[in-house]
Amino acid sequence: MSATPTMPPATAVRPSLPRNTWHVLTRELRPVVRDPFTLIFSLFQPLVFLGLFGPLLVGQSGAPAGETLQWFVPGVLVMIVLFGTGATGANLQYEIMTGSHERTLVAPLARSSLLVGRALKEVAPIVVQSLVIALIAWPFGFQLNLPGLAIGLVLLAVFGVGLGSLSYALALATKDREWLFWGVQQALIFPLMILSGMLLPLDAGPAWMRAVASVNPVNWVVQAERALLAGDLANPVVAWGWLSALGLAAVGLWVGIRSIRRSN
Amino acid sequence: MTTHPIIETHGLTKHFSVKKKTVEAVTDLTFQVAPGELVAFLGPNGAGKTTSLRMLTTLIPPTSGTAKVVGHDIAGEPAAVRARIGYVGQLTSGSYAQRARDELVYQGLFYGLGRAAATRRADELVESLDLAGFAARPVQQLSGGQKRRLDVALGLVHAPTLLFLDEPSTGLDPQSRANLWQHILDLRASHGTTVFLTTHYLEEADRYAERVMVMDRGRVIADDTATRLKADLAGDQLTFGFATPAEADQAAGVVGRLTPEPVRREGEREVVLTAPGGDTLLPAALRALDAAGLQAVRATGVPPTLDDVFLALTGRSLREADQPDADEPAAELEGATR
Repeated sequence: MSATPTMPPATAVRPSLPRNTWHVLTRELRPVVRDPFTLIFSLFQPLVFLGLFGPLLVGQSGAPAGETLQWFVPGVLVMIVLFGTGATGANLQYEIMTGSHERTLVAPLARSSLLVGRALKEVAPIVVQSLVIALIAWPFGFQLNLPGLAIGLVLLAVFGVGLGSLSYALALATKDREWLFWGVQQALIFPLMILSGMLLPLDAGPAWMRAVASVNPVNWVVQAERALLAGDLANPVVAWGWLSALGLAAVGLWVGIRSIRRSN
Repeated sequence: MTTHPIIETHGLTKHFSVKKKTVEAVTDLTFQVAPGELVAFLGPNGAGKTTSLRMLTTLIPPTSGTAKVVGHDIAGEPAAVRARIGYVGQLTSGSYAQRARDELVYQGLFYGLGRAAATRRADELVESLDLAGFAARPVQQLSGGQKRRLDVALGLVHAPTLLFLDEPSTGLDPQSRANLWQHILDLRASHGTTVFLTTHYLEEADRYAERVMVMDRGRVIADDTATRLKADLAGDQLTFGFATPAEADQAAGVVGRLTPEPVRREGEREVVLTAPGGDTLLPAALRALDAAGLQAVRATGVPPTLDDVFLALTGRSLREADQPDADEPAAELEGATR
């Protein structure tokens, strides 16, 4: 026990959203940087879908492999974000139980930075994942438009902030009941996925499915990603994708901030 | 040095509604704390200590009442309050997935330090709180005492003038507890930090706190120094032993004339009383007994504990009251989950 350290002057801190978000995000990414091995595992799920589901789709559609992959790969990217940010709350729930989440609530951080930073942490690996997937799909005839991919990744980040915030709010609502978190999360995420037409086209489905899909924001994001990755940047579905992602982000942040203020 | 109170509350109240029943976790809390004080909330689980602390640290809004902490209103300016206080919660402040030192650096960044300053500050705290041996390890791998030292370091990163500690020593072995307290006392001695803590350890409140606020069932029922609380509310227990029951009978009368407190018989040969100022009463009583020709064969004076104070105030001992009631959400919130 040595002498107590010299204290810096206590500064009056004003929460700043960009600065706080950056700090929350880089802190969350810290363990990944410390142990990059975890990134390798994050590639597993998309590769399984690409390697095991892709060939079935190609066989089913009868279309050339390249054409089918052009349709399928953007959906896989959206799926990674859907499952990644959907799990934001699960990591949070652990930190609520062990106590470190409370510490971040007492810190002078903008509440929205906690939501955005944590959601973006789940989106960040997709930069690596999307390039790996594109590289693997390329020999089979998949064409990637790089400006389209760049815009597509930003779109996915906005979409991920919305989903991640909702997942965060769900964790706050379910507190230490993990089974409840996962129960609700799975009950929502699978219908959202199937009704987005990301794995199988909905064209052959019944009318009611197509009607529900038309109001499913995930569906519009998937369609926008297909257009963007193919380089069809001016396609109107891109605008619909942005509208869906921004709408979801707005709703997610509103719900998330409200539940942080009301928690406990 | 300002003379304004560093904490000032008026009628602070928190009610929870659980299963359509309203539970009054904290009722009408009104007090002031001056800069530099070391204050402890003492009370059983579910008394409302943690709920009070959570209101003062902006974690939960009060149902009614107001509080100013370091000059800022907890409801109107929570961000200003957060920037100026340090908080060590009941659970582990460090994230299990993070390394101890990384958490210190990020805590500095959260509180507005630049990266260089945050790194320097983290190194200082690693040094002063003896974290060097495990600073590069993930929090998950630390022992209870190591985690707690990191918690305190995290609470001190921005050098707050007011530090809140919620049950800081629960779950620690006696050695770690003594170490932790040494750090807290050093901090006060060198920086004049105001320390506000909750505890349900009697010995801890008695030994370290300069001011003890006794809480029970959501209310502060006594507020003074431990010494004065004990003198005013409990008193020393004096016991005199005699060779024969007859002598004890006579002695009860002699001792009874020296004090207005009731004198009891315990067993056939013992006379017992509880009175303030036992240290002077005991020799006076022995002289009076000698003068009356009565020879005490044993005499003990036991100073009171804060448990006696709690017993005098509530009719229950603190240990009895410390059974968390499953129906009470306050008890749940006080989190016996450590």
